[in-house]
Amino acid sequence: MAEESLAIGTDEWVAAHEGRTSGQVQGPVARTFGRLPWWVWGSIAVLVAVVLPLIGSTYLMRVGVNLGLFLMLALGLNLVVGYAGLLDIGYVAFYGLGAYGFAMLASDKFGVHLPTVVAVPVVVAAVSIFGLVLGLAARRLLGDYLAIVTLFFGQMFVEFALSGDAITVPGRAEQVDLTGGTNGITDVDRFSFLGVEFSSDRWYYYLLVVLVVLLALAVRRLDGSRIGRAWKAVGQDPLAAEAMTMPVNRLKIMAFVVGAGIAGLAGTVFAAVQRGVFPSSFDLPLLILLYAAVILGGSGSLKGALIGAALLSLLPEALREPSYSEMVFVLLLVAGLALAVRSWRDRIIVVVATVVFGFVMNLLFTLLHVQGVPASAWTSGPVSTLLGHWLFVPQDRVLWGNLGFVGLVVLLAVLTLVGTRVRPILLPAIVWLSIFVWFVRLADVPSITRQLLIGALLIVLMIVRPQGLFGRRQVEVL
Amino acid sequence: MELFVQQLVNGLTLGGVYALIALGYTLIYGVLQLLNFAHGEVYMVGAFTGFFVMVGLGGPGKPIVPVWLMIVAMFLAAMVVSGLLGVGIERFAYRPLRESTRIAPLISALGVSLFLQNAVLLLFGSRVRSYDTPRYWSGAGPQVAGVQVNPVRILVLVLAIILMVGLTRLVEKTAFGRGMRAVAYDRDAAVMMGIDVNKVIVLVFFVASALAGAAGVMVGLVFFNVNNYMGFLAGLKGFTAAVVGGIGSIPGAMLGGLLIGLIESFTTAYVSANFASVLSFLVLILVMLLKPRGLLGTRAIVKV
Repeated sequence: MAEESLAIGTDEWVAAHEGRTSGQVQGPVARTFGRLPWWVWGSIAVLVAVVLPLIGSTYLMRVGVNLGLFLMLALGLNLVVGYAGLLDIGYVAFYGLGAYGFAMLASDKFGVHLPTVVAVPVVVAAVSIFGLVLGLAARRLLGDYLAIVTLFFGQMFVEFALSGDAITVPGRAEQVDLTGGTNGITDVDRFSFLGVEFSSDRWYYYLLVVLVVLLALAVRRLDGSRIGRAWKAVGQDPLAAEAMTMPVNRLKIMAFVVGAGIAGLAGTVFAAVQRGVFPSSFDLPLLILLYAAVILGGSGSLKGALIGAALLSLLPEALREPSYSEMVFVLLLVAGLALAVRSWRDRIIVVVATVVFGFVMNLLFTLLHVQGVPASAWTSGPVSTLLGHWLFVPQDRVLWGNLGFVGLVVLLAVLTLVGTRVRPILLPAIVWLSIFVWFVRLADVPSITRQLLIGALLIVLMIVRPQGLFGRRQVEVL
Repeated sequence: MELFVQQLVNGLTLGGVYALIALGYTLIYGVLQLLNFAHGEVYMVGAFTGFFVMVGLGGPGKPIVPVWLMIVAMFLAAMVVSGLLGVGIERFAYRPLRESTRIAPLISALGVSLFLQNAVLLLFGSRVRSYDTPRYWSGAGPQVAGVQVNPVRILVLVLAIILMVGLTRLVEKTAFGRGMRAVAYDRDAAVMMGIDVNKVIVLVFFVASALAGAAGVMVGLVFFNVNNYMGFLAGLKGFTAAVVGGIGSIPGAMLGGLLIGLIESFTTAYVSANFASVLSFLVLILVMLLKPRGLLGTRAIVKV
């Protein structure tokens, strides 16, 4: 692994940084993926993506469309944040602008029905111009201040979309309705190329497969290109880049424009596939999810952005279905345990202790005369059926679940404070509590659970592995 | 004229609340150079704490203690709970990242914000809860220029001023304030002068979050409704105020808060309620572009 050739612009000392800090050159995930060349993985992914609709249901197609849109956005954001290092917290606004732009140009809202081949390029160009304006305005701002201005740009977009249905124009009696307010714009035209209408999700799915593949290939090409390297340089150290005579401001604006254009394009597809646009689709939750995806994958890494986006787009989807959601939970639990406990002997001890602890808690519940429910009332899949013989589920699931949740958060916090000696004592209690909280409460509220998990993921990720699964740790030479 | 006076009072009240939130952002930014995006959520938790104390003391219908005692208890509880929450956030989400890259704590803060918002949703549900202030306190307020002013607003305004004066004295006169200013000025030098930086940072988080908690109760008293999403927009407004005033500057945060509050209440009254937020954000972006360090901010000189 050490003989990995040096990338241009990385000197030997920096390249060897990870080797110095620990025994591993890359994270375990990156190593697994490194065993096969990139195009093998790419072909497998594309093959799966192409074959999937043949066996898939309409629901699966909808999931696929969402995944495609999310992948596009992640790729775009990765250029802006990962490459050029611009902390753009208003990125989702460009997505919204694209969607609203297409909705305005191709719906009954204003009676305008531009053909798709005209509307999409016009919208993408317009959104790119917005990117240019924001880039121009923000080009001199550094770090936090850039984050502030872009955050408010994004928030202004949402506010404007929300309240743009009653704009008072001087000189006109009635108020102008531009965005439809909370009701949004509905009955947006479908895409149609050369007389073929994109009538079902399947069409959009294939369109998105094509778009994502093209985009991914473009980013791959960009990686080693002049502009790509320049962006990385600006991202790592604008001052040094400037000293190397790179046009830093122009590069930053370019990143803004390209990122905005990609988001705008994704927005037009979104508007057409949803056949409607609403302000709430472009608010903060989507932005946080996007950032989580890019950062989980490792900002600045193409495969990182793709895999991070795929994980964060598909896992929450799996939470909706009870029998999948318990699988997700088991995966998370096993992964967490595997990371927390390093030796096999300790792992077995923890598992056994958890089982015993569970029985002790059952006894406690019985002594307290807590009403329970039979296992058949809450089990939904093989995992919970197995657990049904062991886990006690109280009748008042909200109350006990909430208590358990608070307890779990407190115990996890305590776990990070105590030394390695005490940890093994706490772990069985934590494992039991997380199983308890999950099946008693969290599994019933998938949308809240999903947000909680993403929030926790962001915090833990930043502390444990800030460079993400595939990212490189930044080396700062002072 | 009547409308003007009414809006002036509204704007000042709102401005006082925003100023308290803004002070939190500014204090934390001052010592850590961290944009604490979770601050709005701390404020939300404060509002919830106040609500539950009120319910615990008999609810809005018939409180079991005198009303003034109940209000004092609400403020104290909210400030303590929020303060401790802030300290907890610092300990678990920011301290491990202190030597990390600049972006790491920012992302972590977004995570905390999302987590808290949904934890409250999980625990207390999405039902909007009401402080229902008029049911226990609707005395006639003083007359200002012929206009009857709501006494709750007067109380909030006075309290906000007291808290701000207290904070100013804390920062200027006490040993903790000196330590805080030293850490804000140069953390490494402060360490060498024997200042316990961790202690200062913990205290700053406590004070900043307690102010946000007080702001939460104030909003509950004036506008009644609290829910788990209230933190986001209020946090954003307080943040706007801090940035407009010059982030890191304490008088700046107060000025910015009042400014944003007044802009908002006058826009609501004379232009359109819909555009109150948009306009304050527009003011922010304008200030950022014309005077990037804010109205009262000092120009940062970075040596390379």
